[in-house]
Amino acid sequence: MSDTAVQTKEVTPQVSGAPVAADALQTRLDAMRLPAGGFTAAARADALRRLRDMGLPGPRDEYWRFTNPRDFNAPAPAPISVPEKMQDSPLFQDLDRLKLIFVDGEFDAAASDSLAHEGIEIEMLAQADEVADHWAKGIYGSLEAAGQKPVNRPFAALNTVASRDGMLIRVTGKPSKPVHIVHRRASEDADVTWHHVIRAEEGAELTLLETGMVGARSNGMIEADLARGAKLNYIGARQAVHQKLELSHIFARVESEAQLKAFVLSVNGTLMRHETIVDIVGDDALAHVAGAVLGDGNDGPFHHDDTIFITHGGLRCESRQVYKKVLKNGAEGVFQGKILVKPGAQKTDGYQISQALLLDEHSQFLAKPELEIYADDVVCSHGSTTGAIDETALFYLRSRGVPKERAIVFLVLSFLADALEEIEDEDLRGQISDRLEAWLTRHENQ
Amino acid sequence: MLKINNLHVKLEEEDKQILKGLSLEVPAGQVHAVMGPNGSGKSTLSYVLSGRDGYEVTEGEATLDGNDLLDMEPEERAAAGLFLAFQYPVEIPGVGNMTFLRTAVNAQRKARGVAEMSSAEFLKAIRAKASELQIDAEMLKRPVNVGFSGGEKKRNEILQMAMLEPRMCIMDETDSGLDVDAMRLVADGVNALRSPDRSFLVITHYQRLLNHIQPDVVHIMSNGRIVKSGGPELALQVEEEGYGDLLAEAG
Repeated sequence: MSDTAVQTKEVTPQVSGAPVAADALQTRLDAMRLPAGGFTAAARADALRRLRDMGLPGPRDEYWRFTNPRDFNAPAPAPISVPEKMQDSPLFQDLDRLKLIFVDGEFDAAASDSLAHEGIEIEMLAQADEVADHWAKGIYGSLEAAGQKPVNRPFAALNTVASRDGMLIRVTGKPSKPVHIVHRRASEDADVTWHHVIRAEEGAELTLLETGMVGARSNGMIEADLARGAKLNYIGARQAVHQKLELSHIFARVESEAQLKAFVLSVNGTLMRHETIVDIVGDDALAHVAGAVLGDGNDGPFHHDDTIFITHGGLRCESRQVYKKVLKNGAEGVFQGKILVKPGAQKTDGYQISQALLLDEHSQFLAKPELEIYADDVVCSHGSTTGAIDETALFYLRSRGVPKERAIVFLVLSFLADALEEIEDEDLRGQISDRLEAWLTRHENQ
Repeated sequence: MLKINNLHVKLEEEDKQILKGLSLEVPAGQVHAVMGPNGSGKSTLSYVLSGRDGYEVTEGEATLDGNDLLDMEPEERAAAGLFLAFQYPVEIPGVGNMTFLRTAVNAQRKARGVAEMSSAEFLKAIRAKASELQIDAEMLKRPVNVGFSGGEKKRNEILQMAMLEPRMCIMDETDSGLDVDAMRLVADGVNALRSPDRSFLVITHYQRLLNHIQPDVVHIMSNGRIVKSGGPELALQVEEEGYGDLLAEAG
């Protein structure tokens, strides 16, 4: 793929800078109410040890050079006012689904549907963690720990240490409806950490949707363990509170013939970092991860970072990374994506594309695509582009009578189409597309 | 209907004069053809009339039904009744043909102060027109021009024309890239749209399209001007003799 990047900067890896002082980490930890843990106790202790070893990241750390971690390192976030009347996002509301409500990161059983459903076992971490043994014991914190090499991910370790609640989902069949997690906010200064564990047994299938408003600051994680032939579709779309600081992590382990498809929509947010770490350990497996981002600096500072690491360890596996960002009025986008093909992972098909559409000259996109390949019979490609609206297409639409601002909405949707295509279900894809269109229409003429 | 008087146009970026005093008038209900060798300024004429960026009008005027075209944005020109059928229709992945066309139709109606079409009305209308043009209903659902063959793209242009019902249609080398059958289909579509209050300006290299779309007047363009005008026989003369003699004769 040709690289027509205009403002894309590629950087070479560099030795990490000194970690932020240990007392900064201690202050950060002291500000949290750390759970002792039941079955997770050992994993939490291990994560704390790892976290103390690596420390909080500094702006000179290789993977934090484009995204300043200062606000994530701070002991507490700046409060964000909570509107009197909170409304859930209209996304997926009319869908037949299992709706689970989390308020400031804690499960609200009264507001949620019953957890009992055929083909799936759902428990809450806060309750399950009162016992010493659990099926999730081998997963909680362990996929995260495995994903710490070769790149340190301190906030992921912090998540394992500090998460009080989240879902433990064991998928044993093909549940007839998706699980829909809805986040709600209650307090202005909520600093929320949650941790979901998913184990999809052999041949099981799950669609997981996650929407809503998270706290002033959030650190979310999904650890997903997919057994042979299992399938997980994940769609995340956090609602717009512009001032939010958001960290999210997906750590997935994908066995033979299993399929992971993850799509995340981000609109607004002051500082966001989404890390997706996929370890393909079997043969004939598939991992597609995608994201669409819309950022308007007129709403306040906007910075969005997608950091992806996909490891191929099996034969004939396919991975795709498709990330698109639309940036205007000084918004900043970052993409750091890596494909690692281990020795022996022959017939790997790896693909990575990151693209930014800059709607003005004040916005910027920084991309760091990486390939590291230790097998000789593979197809891997990556591309990164930064561009403006296509003038010919804009003229074509306007010549048919479509007003300029509307034509730009069409072209932005067109730009994002490849990322949305990664959403398999047509209805879900349509709902995301409608939401994008509504946002774009609201932000016309800005 | 369309009046162009002494039009001078240069490329904004290159300071290069393309049109050098072009005058042309297309009365209501007529089909005029513009023929000329490569580089004579034919495509520039179509872009300037429809409002594409990158051209600077240094002198002259162009009006549609007495309204100054050159002062309008492209979408205003469309609402005023101008339509350009592109030589290379643009592919727009991720945007449905139907959504795009309904937006265009309703934007024009809104600009003209006419009630917008409901989804049902629009669907009924577009199905009827598509079937006349032998356009598969599946094609309407696909993204704009994506995966369309050359012939399908051009038929899609004619479908847009049929739905937008312009007063003045400019066709920029519509025959390029079409085989004989595809060209006939496109020509049939155009002929079906001919009416006493609609005019056409057909820009083409070759006479063959004019076998199917009979022009009332043929203009020969060279070096940014109309150098000769006449009846359909002028097109036949070009086909037989080339542009050389005609241009020499015109000086």
